Amino acid sequence: MTLLTALARVEAAAVGRAQRIRTVRHVHLSDRPLVLIPLQLAGEACAPLAAMVGDDPDKPRLLTVYEPRDRGKRFEFVADLAEVILAHLDGYIPANPAPGDAENGGSGGGASAGQVDPFPDAPQLIVPNPNAARYLRLLGRSARFRRVDGEYPVRPTVPLLGRWLTHYAERAEVPGSALMLPMTTALAEHWATGQSDLEDANLGALLGWIEPPPGQTGQQAARAAEDPLRCPPAGPATDPTFDNEVLQGRMQAIRDAATSGDAAAAHRAQAAMDAAVRDQLMPTWGLMWRGYALLAALPEAAHVAEHWSWDTRSFTDQVEWQRAGGAPQARRDNAVSAARRLASLERTAQRVAIHRAYDDPLVMAEYRLTGDAFAGTVIEADPTRQDTSGKKAKLRPWITVETSDEVLVEPDGPGLRSPARPAQEAAVIAVTAAAGRTRVLLELEKGMGRSLTPSPGSVPAVGEEVTYTTLKDEFQPSPGFPSREQTPWTHGGPPREYVPADDDAWESS
Amino acid sequence: MTGFQPGNPGRSGLDRLRGRALPKNHDARTISALAANPGCARRALLDAAGVDKQAVAAHVGYAAPFGQSQFAIARGNAFEAQVKEGGGAQLLTLLREHIDLDVSEVGYADLNDIGGNEQRELRHRHTVHVLTGADQPGRTLLDHPLLRLRVGGRPAYLEPDLIALRLDGTIHVIEIKSFAVIDGQADGSKVAAAAIQSAVYVRALRDLMAEAGADPTAVSHRTVLVAPKDFSSQPTATSLDVRKQLGVLDRQLSRIASIEDLLARYPRTLTFDLDPDDKDRPRRPKAELTAAIKQVTANYAPECLATCELCFLCREEAAGTTGALGKPVREDLGGIEYTAAALSLARGQLPTPERAEIAAQLLRAAQLREQVLGEEV
Repeated sequence: MTLLTALARVEAAAVGRAQRIRTVRHVHLSDRPLVLIPLQLAGEACAPLAAMVGDDPDKPRLLTVYEPRDRGKRFEFVADLAEVILAHLDGYIPANPAPGDAENGGSGGGASAGQVDPFPDAPQLIVPNPNAARYLRLLGRSARFRRVDGEYPVRPTVPLLGRWLTHYAERAEVPGSALMLPMTTALAEHWATGQSDLEDANLGALLGWIEPPPGQTGQQAARAAEDPLRCPPAGPATDPTFDNEVLQGRMQAIRDAATSGDAAAAHRAQAAMDAAVRDQLMPTWGLMWRGYALLAALPEAAHVAEHWSWDTRSFTDQVEWQRAGGAPQARRDNAVSAARRLASLERTAQRVAIHRAYDDPLVMAEYRLTGDAFAGTVIEADPTRQDTSGKKAKLRPWITVETSDEVLVEPDGPGLRSPARPAQEAAVIAVTAAAGRTRVLLELEKGMGRSLTPSPGSVPAVGEEVTYTTLKDEFQPSPGFPSREQTPWTHGGPPREYVPADDDAWESS
Repeated sequence: MTGFQPGNPGRSGLDRLRGRALPKNHDARTISALAANPGCARRALLDAAGVDKQAVAAHVGYAAPFGQSQFAIARGNAFEAQVKEGGGAQLLTLLREHIDLDVSEVGYADLNDIGGNEQRELRHRHTVHVLTGADQPGRTLLDHPLLRLRVGGRPAYLEPDLIALRLDGTIHVIEIKSFAVIDGQADGSKVAAAAIQSAVYVRALRDLMAEAGADPTAVSHRTVLVAPKDFSSQPTATSLDVRKQLGVLDRQLSRIASIEDLLARYPRTLTFDLDPDDKDRPRRPKAELTAAIKQVTANYAPECLATCELCFLCREEAAGTTGALGKPVREDLGGIEYTAAALSLARGQLPTPERAEIAAQLLRAAQLREQVLGEEV
């Protein structure tokens, strides 16, 4: 939370409507995302109850487990879900191994591979909330080690879906990733409501604040959405009252019909359970597409394409890994890969935060408020100024920026950058007060071409509105980590090569 | 019967608060919830008096959504039954690894019910006897013993899932939970809740030992959490150190012990009685009951929505405060209590000297928002 966001919340509470805290959309949105709303049976670690899934708002597909406590039925459900999800994924995987091998040009955030060009696009999954993402991670964990032979065989798509869900859930932890996007997180990142962030976890309430129905305040709409009868929870947990008063009876009817062997009754009972579960899911299905439309209406931020390229890179690498016969993801990271992953997450978080400030004046405003950036007008410019102190004259233009922001930068302090010209460095030469405003004299370097005359437009002209900040989007090399073989004894020594064992898949029912 | 205890000045006052309703019995869950919002006088008073907050909230039109799914209850019971099956056979293997339980001394005592007599006081005395009596054979596992803890001067009866006794006399609390431990990891909030519940049992056990003249330190602060492993129903055990939770709990219990001081601040007519008719339907005018509740100050935070039955009422009451938007918002706004005050400062109202700094920042923040969004729209 920051002061600007806190103020936006206060404003939202006062006017009864959510307030924008971003001017552009900072997440990638696919033209055709796969929306997935999972429901889980209460009390079980990971027993699926149902899912609503699809890439067309008019054609939701409902999958129901009629007996979630039966392991066989659970994995039949996972296989059905796999059919839908894998078909969607397949649409993004080129039929033949990608042609452009060996150019060694992996430019994105891909870690190891880089032999194959990334695919043009990747399939995006949108889920209601972070709990849904966590639940799908568990579902992936329970499915990826399943065997197609042996004691409890499953269809081959089950372990494959398990690996994909694991991959998507792991990406969901990466800042800037939109491969698996929780809707509440994406919306709350762009709008501040007049309620707490805990209450924002309710998708219906959050949308109630952002887009209240005519004649209602955001607060009234949010309160209405908290009534599980009017707005069933977006999952994965179900409303306990629904469990006790509806679901229990429907499941019992299915069991009774199965015991009596009455096929018609069994069919009726299943249809009744489908109807009950659909009633729980349909409102959320509608909310998901409303949220999608709201986000889609925002213009996309400049760095979103780069962030999405990291996602397509990761998707491509996973496809290549599977094609090469790679093992499913281990149950736990070993010490070196865990440390490497953590360091990479930290660096990515920093870069993404800087990108967002560069892309969005409202994010940059946070830094202007804390003195890490200032915005103003160029009042003087000497674009052809040269530094002749050395052997060879160097082009070092000076500009003076006048701002009403509080300026905390000082001469000889860290160099500055401008989002408009990110390659150009600016050194602070002098800071002077002038009639309630501040003038900052800057010396510019780089990004102006090779000659002693700056290329057109490369130096801010008098009258131009500019922003300068201490934030720099610079490549930071990964800190050195030992190889797996050299894992120090403090971290358990070199781990054994991970080989999926039968034990990984083991489950008793 | 619990009955009144003469000579305890807080009792009659607390009973008056509750009115004609039977006191809501505390369990480990409600006692550990006491520690959730220690600054809330409303909750402290209603809980100490054993008021049925759910019923009170529902009667004044703010029924809270605290239901539990039967599926979850069934799963919990089935797992506990499975773990205890055959004298706790599965469990003993686990306990041998975790607390060096001596297997040669296995003796399983089911204290659920003595000769069909389920009366609590009797069951409690039996538990005391089994734990401290000299004539007891070597017991290893005690199933559902009945402990007693004084909360606000009134005894609360508590039933831990199991207690394990080691040969050297050390006593361990065992808590059986049905949430899964997957690849060695479990939901942090659930583990935290289990730890504080175990701490409640440790406290009650230590009190029991002390009252019986035995050594309270025999009750270990190391408790054992038994939960299903991965996606199976195979149990796995984890040792928990609940010293920190015991500290929190002790502080909270001593605060409730001094509840009379709190009670003394309110008029002697204060009561949360529902005035039920002979069919147990509340007849008390809603406005009157609401007014009674509002006499006692609450300390609402959004976190209450997950823990307290009165949350919807308190949230409504807290509308217009920055705290209702969450603690981080309030902190970012420099502790300003009301949203209206924050907005006035953001719009340029002259601040009091102590608020000069945050006022300047708010004004600047509002200008920046207007500058940027004004350009945008």
